[in-house]
Amino acid sequence: MTAPETTAAPTPSPAPTAAALALGDDALVLSHRLGEWAGHAPVLEEEVALANIALDLLGQARLLLSMAGDEDDLAYLREERAFRNLQLVEQENGDFAHTIVRQLYFSTYQHLLYAELAAGAGPFAPLAAKAVKEVAYHRDHAEQWTLRLGDGTEESHERTRRACEALWRFTGEMFQPVEGVDVDWKGMEAAWLTSVGEVLRRATLTVPEGPRTGAWAAGAGRQGLHTESFGRMLAEMQHLHRSHPGASW
Amino acid sequence: MATAAAHQTVSTQTYGAQGAAGDTAAYESAFDAAVAADERIEPRDWMPDAYRATLVRQIAQHAHSEIIGMQPEANWITRAPSLRRKAILMAKVQDEAGHGLYLYSAAETLGTGRDELLDKLHSGRQKYSSIFNYPTLTWADVGAIGWLVDGAAITNQVPLCRCSYGPYARAMVRICKEESFHQRQGYELLLALSKGTPEQHAMAQDAVDRWWWPSLMMFGPPDDESAHSAQSMAWKIKRHSNDELRQRFVDICVPQAESLGLTLPDPDLRWDEERGHHDFGPIDWTEFREVLKGNGPCNEQRITQRRRAHEEGAWVREAAAAYAAKHTGETGATRA
Repeated sequence: MTAPETTAAPTPSPAPTAAALALGDDALVLSHRLGEWAGHAPVLEEEVALANIALDLLGQARLLLSMAGDEDDLAYLREERAFRNLQLVEQENGDFAHTIVRQLYFSTYQHLLYAELAAGAGPFAPLAAKAVKEVAYHRDHAEQWTLRLGDGTEESHERTRRACEALWRFTGEMFQPVEGVDVDWKGMEAAWLTSVGEVLRRATLTVPEGPRTGAWAAGAGRQGLHTESFGRMLAEMQHLHRSHPGASW
Repeated sequence: MATAAAHQTVSTQTYGAQGAAGDTAAYESAFDAAVAADERIEPRDWMPDAYRATLVRQIAQHAHSEIIGMQPEANWITRAPSLRRKAILMAKVQDEAGHGLYLYSAAETLGTGRDELLDKLHSGRQKYSSIFNYPTLTWADVGAIGWLVDGAAITNQVPLCRCSYGPYARAMVRICKEESFHQRQGYELLLALSKGTPEQHAMAQDAVDRWWWPSLMMFGPPDDESAHSAQSMAWKIKRHSNDELRQRFVDICVPQAESLGLTLPDPDLRWDEERGHHDFGPIDWTEFREVLKGNGPCNEQRITQRRRAHEEGAWVREAAAAYAAKHTGETGATRA
């Protein structure tokens, strides 16, 4: 909150660069996954909603990646092992319940994170102040659908239950501290567990009991260790850009 | 909110003495007078059954085109070559879903339902624009669709902002604003390619070569073969003939192609001093009819994807309905 800090030129130190990549990659990759829904959503309103969320995330990704370098070089020319996103956001869309539970887990986390960043004075405060409003909408959207699906029909309940279980093991990674992101990770994790637990309870679902991090691959996206489908996602995303080296679009 | 006395009378009569056969002639003449005075017909106004049916058909087809039209462009969302272009494309596809929603709402004011209309789309009883049965094979196609397809749509749709049916006209005002924006973005995308590397330029030219003729077909059959034209013009649903609009579009595109540094694939295209218009070569109406009949390159794929999205989403819609039924009326009471 001191004057010299808030007026300092935004020269990215190594830590904010790594942090910008982590947060930017989360937004970039989840945006891409949501973009895959275009033309496939269960109702037209969700065509609009999912594209809207994808666009918000892409906007955040562009700002964050630009703090770390050239947004297109970073998005299109890095290999899989150099991406720093959470494994949660790279998970395939699956059915609508799977997508919604992924949204619930991530948007709850992102909302808590951005609210804290927005309240602070670090390099991400201005961005978080804007993004936290978008993310509040994403969280609301995910919560409303979790309620509808969990407390809807037998089939929707079962699909949602399965999605909650399947994605649970990727949730621990969200609270592994990211260098350069100055927040209360332990407190955020507790708040996340309370919030998600409450939504799942209201949706007549139960909080999964399995581990929230695993051995080897589960929970290492921040270190550049990803799950198998991520490579195919990048192949599709980067193909055209890489086919025309140096071209402008 | 029509103002002519005759028109207001019709509205009153419709609700006052509905069904009295002797009044039909009076309603008809009041309707004709309102249309002649360039007034807007509103949902509660009396209208001829055939006028209602024509509008339902046209608005539904327009709505379906927005929804099916998402597919050829969404095909490139995951491969867009820069984050800026990706954001523009996502926003555009989102707008199209929104346009579909406006248009279904406009159609619903005529006494039909969205579910019924979607059902007709899925079963092939209602059509969508033939243009969306062509494939997007390269990134440049996204630009060609913006420039040519949206350009043709705007040429067709701007006159609809003055269409005699109020809800449709108002939907078109909103839609045309967004479409113009998309069209400029498409043009700008092609310009970037045309001025880019030789490979990018070739990609742009190839896309224009493939999309030019299908875009001209978007204006419909020639005037002497257009079944609905005369009646639609008399009702002021339509303001210009197919051939007039097609000519207007060609005249707009020729200088734009020049400034893009791209050519249009028509050896007969040249300025006709006497007419004050560009002459252009013959359209392959056989291809047009084949595409309309369902034999275009992507007809099967487009409708299959749409049906699949709808069928695979059924459990989601059922869940939402079941949840709403369980929780009706409790929001006010239980809100903390």
